[in-house]
Amino acid sequence: MTDAAARNTGSPWRALARAGRFLGMPLLLAASLAATVAVHPDFGSFEIQSLALGALPLALAAAAQAIVVISGGIDLSIGSMIAVSNVLSASLMQHADFRQSLALSIVVLIAGAGQGLLNGLVVAFSRIPDVVATLTTGFIWGGVALLILERPGGGAPAAYLNIGAGADFWPWLPNALVVMIAAIAAIWLPIRLSRIGLLIYAAGSDPVAAFRSGVNVMRARTIAYVFSGIACAVGGMALTMTTGIGAPLAGAYYTLSSVAAVVIGGVSLAGGRGGMVGPVIAALLLTLAPMVLVFLGIDPNYGQVIQGTLIVLVVMIAGLFAFLQERK
Amino acid sequence: MKLVLSFLRGRRIYALILLLAVFVIGVEIVRPGTVTPLWTSNTILFAAPLAIMAGGQTLVMLTGGIDLSVASVATGAAYLLATNASSGSATAIGLSLLVGIIVGLINGIGVALLRVQPLVMTLGTGLMTGGVLIVYSQHMMASQPHVPDIIQTLGAGRVFGLVPIDLFLWLIIAALILFGLQRTGFGRLLYAVGDNREACHLAGVRVWRVLFANYLLCAILAAIAGLVVVGGTNAADLSLADSYLLPSVACVVIGGTSIFGGRGGYAGTIIGALILTVLTGLLTLLDVSEPIKQILYGAIILSLAAAYARLTE
Amino acid sequence: MNDAPPLLHIRGVAKTFGAVRALRSADLEVRAGEAHALMGANGAGKSTLVKIITGVFSADAGEMTLAGQPVAFRSPAEARRAGIVSVYQDPAIVPDLTVAQNMRLARVPTDKVKAAMRDLGVERIDLRTVARDVDFALLRLIDLARALASDPRILMLDEITAALPADLSERVFKVVRDFRSRGASVIFISHRMAEIAMLCDRATVLRDGVTVGVTPTKGAEETIVNLMLGSDVAKATTAPAARPETAHGGPALEVKDLSYGHALRGVSFRVNRGEVLGVAALEGQGQEELFDCIAGVRRADAGEVRAEGHVLKLRHPADAIRAGLVLVPANRLVSLLPQRSVQENVALAAFGRLRSWGPIAVGEERRRVDMAVRKLQIDTRAAAEVRRLSGGNMQKVVIARWIAAGFKTLLCFDPTRGIDIGTKKQIYALMREIADQGLSVLLFTSELPEIRLACDRAIVLFGGRISGEMPAAEADEARLLRAAHGLIHAEAAALA
Repeated sequence: MTDAAARNTGSPWRALARAGRFLGMPLLLAASLAATVAVHPDFGSFEIQSLALGALPLALAAAAQAIVVISGGIDLSIGSMIAVSNVLSASLMQHADFRQSLALSIVVLIAGAGQGLLNGLVVAFSRIPDVVATLTTGFIWGGVALLILERPGGGAPAAYLNIGAGADFWPWLPNALVVMIAAIAAIWLPIRLSRIGLLIYAAGSDPVAAFRSGVNVMRARTIAYVFSGIACAVGGMALTMTTGIGAPLAGAYYTLSSVAAVVIGGVSLAGGRGGMVGPVIAALLLTLAPMVLVFLGIDPNYGQVIQGTLIVLVVMIAGLFAFLQERK
Repeated sequence: MKLVLSFLRGRRIYALILLLAVFVIGVEIVRPGTVTPLWTSNTILFAAPLAIMAGGQTLVMLTGGIDLSVASVATGAAYLLATNASSGSATAIGLSLLVGIIVGLINGIGVALLRVQPLVMTLGTGLMTGGVLIVYSQHMMASQPHVPDIIQTLGAGRVFGLVPIDLFLWLIIAALILFGLQRTGFGRLLYAVGDNREACHLAGVRVWRVLFANYLLCAILAAIAGLVVVGGTNAADLSLADSYLLPSVACVVIGGTSIFGGRGGYAGTIIGALILTVLTGLLTLLDVSEPIKQILYGAIILSLAAAYARLTE
Repeated sequence: MNDAPPLLHIRGVAKTFGAVRALRSADLEVRAGEAHALMGANGAGKSTLVKIITGVFSADAGEMTLAGQPVAFRSPAEARRAGIVSVYQDPAIVPDLTVAQNMRLARVPTDKVKAAMRDLGVERIDLRTVARDVDFALLRLIDLARALASDPRILMLDEITAALPADLSERVFKVVRDFRSRGASVIFISHRMAEIAMLCDRATVLRDGVTVGVTPTKGAEETIVNLMLGSDVAKATTAPAARPETAHGGPALEVKDLSYGHALRGVSFRVNRGEVLGVAALEGQGQEELFDCIAGVRRADAGEVRAEGHVLKLRHPADAIRAGLVLVPANRLVSLLPQRSVQENVALAAFGRLRSWGPIAVGEERRRVDMAVRKLQIDTRAAAEVRRLSGGNMQKVVIARWIAAGFKTLLCFDPTRGIDIGTKKQIYALMREIADQGLSVLLFTSELPEIRLACDRAIVLFGGRISGEMPAAEADEARLLRAAHGLIHAEAAALA
């Protein structure tokens, strides 16, 4: 009766949806950039660099969230984890030279992996649903961030801060973008191309079937959280690069926005589906929106309203589409 | 020991009350002489708005959803009250509740009609509401924000110097929620929809109506909670209720309502709210820095939730 | 038959879940190269035992030895490594991965899977298709192929032929026989006596968590049924003679030219008051869509449905329910609230209207629910949470809901699928009683012999159209099957 999923293969809606999923995000980005240039003809390589640099931490947050969501969970502690690695790197690197700062980066990465591991273990073994678990661990990480730096401060060597700045290869290819792609690829490709990736997608798609097929679902999801922690560690360091300091409360924005980026980027919250490209592009779009506001002369305070409304509208429209399709 | 555990397993509410007692005793041990009638009065005063907000959250979580916009709604209601007080108490209160109604309607449309996941939807509306508040606060520099007397009485007043007035509001709301969940068709439907939405559909229930009303109700309760909070603090602050979000979810979970829906109730949430408020008080008494308090708070909630999950296996 | 020493030996296994004792003392002995049936009523503990054998649960007591060595598996992966593989009713296939990826998941060599798929006749499937887009029946076969490809010593098949079309079932049997002849064993769980007699050598019967008997299957149907029921209940109920059509009242339900996509192409028939009308059809001939359309779950493209003479606008199940048309689906889990009590489940239909949102009249509700529960003889020992009930009792709760709410026509879609014989007979007796009271029943069953026993009249669906109509007396299996294959053209549809 109503048990079997609808199997109308070949329906035109389906084909459209599938095409949309592949081309949708890049097209949207291209269209948005075109619109931006139309509004602000001075939009040049410098603005592209600002965009990439500004979006860097969010892109990493989005990647972190995407990995966890694909594995069937959600991570509401991403903002706090970014805050921790932000203040950690800023306080450790404050008096370091460039070489030392690179070595310290590894420390921060390990710390991030540890945070992710803790998240994963709590979700796997405490039987607390991931929403509640990560909401709470996020609170704890927030406290840890405050512990490391009670007030915004710290710093890093100039050379470190300049890693993401400028465009060394080509005026239209910002360094920040290179860092973004390289970092996310370094984290995601090993997963995607290996058996781990298969396990993560399986765990997210149907944990019962996966379990019966011999998959250790809890282990797969814990690994996903570890990678999320690593991505957040890079995100926090990216934040240090962009702002030059560490701020314990900086993370709040990133939790919500990472979920937004993931949803807008076409990754299903139910798990088992989606990739990195969508959320990363969504991060760029979410960062572009406030910039466009400034160009249009709109009060930048409207930034958050617009972002929130954007999320709401996007999910409602997606819901509307699904609703209409189901009525057939 | 096993006998005690199995007894507690069957009567969860006793386990919770026991836990509350443990924390209260903890407070007394850390600083003897703290637990006085006045202290109890304060605890209830502070627990009331949390419990009211958590009431709405309970209703929503029973249907398998969640509402992450409650903090923004509460803040919004509080802010609107404080900045419109000059237009008269009734208008100000009306506007505050309007915040809840509007956000509740949007949440309802998204979740109930368009089948958007509650997590994402309420995350978005929460962001949106917060953003609107920022804009509003920029344009609202005119009058000196202040809180109407009636709300101040509600939020901070006491009868005979001891019994908090917000307790009365809380009791009314609690009675309505408890009765509603146990003895009304709407309450039954909340549990039913949370347990198996499809079954309700097949049994002739128009599920969207139930969810729509539910999210509306939750947002209105959040607005009311905001009014009580601002009554207690008498200030207009854009992050007034932010710290209520995690606790509102935590006391529902600790109180025994499953986040997947279909099981639980408000009684546990009430005790959960008291537990969390006492816990906050306990942490304040400890001689540790703010960050450590925050970490401890989170760690204890985690342990409680985990213990609870084990107990209900 | 086969004097080989036991390959798998289980003794005294027990398992309790909270307050429910699923197994008290189960024994099972499977020899190498044997096809062994595991039987029992719903709730007897079969699937718990199977899950313990395959490592999903661990036993609370008892011992298990495999080829003489004591074993206790802690996960399906462990059991699989020891050579025990199971195939369940819902395929353990991850929907968002491709078929090939699903194979890699279970670490089975692709060439062996392809060979198994060839044996099952499904080799033409593109392994790169996403599993979600593959037909459900084929997914079951792929699951089976995957299990076979890992060369297990013991293959466990749990209701593998339920909801499989006859031709695919045939293929499954052939493959299973070949598999067995290679020296491996099969544990076969099914409710279909015919299949068991055909395929298996011996049968172990469970009742109430205890093994009550082991017997060779040849000619032992009566013995097995008695073992399952525990007494001669099997003989007690026989179908009463069907009433002649003239004894019935006017039409309670009339369907005219109903169409839905490709599945239904202009179906017309009527159900009279006081009548039980049976619907017979092979898999996927439109019967599911037919019931869904009448019950308001799907919206028909064309045609009309009349109840008591009034044309109905069916856009939501509530519309059908208001007109007295209520649905009992095959899968009871779909219509039940698992964590809620029997009381809440039975009372659910009372809350469809907006005005029911107010305070509940507790006494009245209690009365109605108790009446329905008593009438259906529901075993309410596990009344606090419906999911603890056995399959048969669960189905009774669904029916009780409608008894309590009141209805005119009961639409039963394969209500006894996967249910033990004792409960089956109770349900059919109830349908007869409902008809005797002047109400009506529209019944679809996948087991053709039951049409004659339970119904007054029968119609046959083939390719979305009615291909036959006959009184119950003439509805023998042969005639039904012929019509079900479209071999008898519709008798003059003298319905209107």
